[in-house]
Amino acid sequence: MNKTLEKIAAELGLPAHEYAGQVSLTAAPEAIVEVATALKKKHKFEMLASQTAVDYWPQTEPRYHVVYQFTSVSKKLRLEVRVPLAGNDPEMPSIHEVYPNANWYERELFDMFGIRFSTHPDLRRILMPFDWQGHPLRKDYPLGYEEVEFSFNFEEIELRKPRPKE
Amino acid sequence: MTLQPVMEVTVNDLKHLLSDRALEGDTMLLNMGPQHPSTHGVLRLLLELDGETIVSCIPDIGFLHTGIEKNMEAKTYLKAEVMTDRLDYLNTTGNNLAYVMAIEKLVGLDVPPRAEMLRVIIVELQRIASHLVWLGTHGLDLAAMSIFLYCFREREMILDILEMCSGQRMMTTYFRPGGLWRDTPVEFEDAVRGFLKIFPKRIDEYEALLTKNPIFIDRTVGIGILPKDKALEWGLTGGTLRGSGVNYDIRKVFPYCGYETYDFDIPVEEAGDVYARYLVRMRELRESIKIIQQAMDRLPYGPVRSSNRKFVPPPRSELGHSMEAVIHHFKLWTEGFEAPKAAVYVPTESPRGELGVYLEGDGGPKPYRVHFRTPSFTNLQALPWLSEGHYVADLVAIIGSIDIVLGDVDR
Repeated sequence: MNKTLEKIAAELGLPAHEYAGQVSLTAAPEAIVEVATALKKKHKFEMLASQTAVDYWPQTEPRYHVVYQFTSVSKKLRLEVRVPLAGNDPEMPSIHEVYPNANWYERELFDMFGIRFSTHPDLRRILMPFDWQGHPLRKDYPLGYEEVEFSFNFEEIELRKPRPKE
Repeated sequence: MTLQPVMEVTVNDLKHLLSDRALEGDTMLLNMGPQHPSTHGVLRLLLELDGETIVSCIPDIGFLHTGIEKNMEAKTYLKAEVMTDRLDYLNTTGNNLAYVMAIEKLVGLDVPPRAEMLRVIIVELQRIASHLVWLGTHGLDLAAMSIFLYCFREREMILDILEMCSGQRMMTTYFRPGGLWRDTPVEFEDAVRGFLKIFPKRIDEYEALLTKNPIFIDRTVGIGILPKDKALEWGLTGGTLRGSGVNYDIRKVFPYCGYETYDFDIPVEEAGDVYARYLVRMRELRESIKIIQQAMDRLPYGPVRSSNRKFVPPPRSELGHSMEAVIHHFKLWTEGFEAPKAAVYVPTESPRGELGVYLEGDGGPKPYRVHFRTPSFTNLQALPWLSEGHYVADLVAIIGSIDIVLGDVDR
């Protein structure tokens, strides 16, 4: 493992894991703002490259992992931080005050997975229509198709549309 | 079940994004898009205007959302690849490359040197093609009509080369895990060398039309200034970031596909305005030419597909006399190959910035989760504060300069 990343992991006190040369730390949801601040201010990770989530349904402890990818442009380093979340409708703090571009990433995660970011300033759906029901990237959301609706068969189709399990 | 009433978004729902004057009716709310030619696709912007000055800008995206990430989870690794073409439809081979590299990293698959070099050539050609579309439409937005026609003339030559290799102009799916779909045809070398010969002169032609054009300079210099530290903080990448004086190109910082062996420069401009981003991309065209030239000069002969039969199907000729080849062929085309229970994140430099693929396997033949970190999505996020205080006409210049593709934003 890269010496610098090893030192960072030890300093933050987070368990590290390596696969194919990529280092991944695991953090608790309550600690994520602290971890992100330390990474940005102290360890020069200027950029939040990506933030995404994985659903491990039907497992619920933890059901989701939120995965952050941090990049240090000056030190040429990359670091992954995974945050396990338990429960079907989990909540965790937002890091948009540390990395402002987390704003849209977190909106996307709310839209696709239904993960709530408690301190987010503008938690609306971003890709799906605002009145959409369900969260499409959850594993219990059916991969269906939509029949073409015309005025004569609108109600009929509306009745048998696949709906997500709430 | 009864039909649900049609819901509406009102100004009240968005009031935390608008100024107080909007609620009093002091400023005007105006919809720009989604059917507006200058928004480069289906981007809807809700503008709050004071006269012609933008007070706030609220992007509304998702009109082109096709659920690619969800669909890919239901297909085998190989079948899912065709969906990656549809993300950023101007950088199709670049998307293939990012996805294929993620698979190769996940399962630990090697790529023969010829395939690696051909990938570099094709991706750099695609980068030129993508920049040409950007240049043409950006010029068109700023009332320079003829540049559009010139750009599309040269782009057509590149699409012809792609068609020659893969049979498709745009949705190529030419790169496969472990190499390429097939070797390039004999005409390939002449076509690429012919293109390399004429293209530098064509770049001079474009520059003659725009670089010192007073109308173009009036419309772009000092517009949409992006400070260096803010650009980094907001995670902007690609030409947008390099126009603000940050020397960050993934091809240099985290090299892949043997980019470290090529001699090329990263164009950087300090000004951070629309014109600086234009200059960066114009110089990138010339750098791509340099890379292709070097790759063509040392292109080795050899196989273009890995010989690891657990992941790469055997050639057709082996099927007639080798039982093992038939078994591998059958296994790969019915069940597909399996990837370990692990996750990788592979960043690549697309024409627009960092295109990263997060790929997670669960031990089965289908990807458990694929996520595309697309450059347009992140770069578009800067639009609201980038356009604040500018005229509506300048907004068009700013959208053009951050170079978004809506397929890439919405996925």
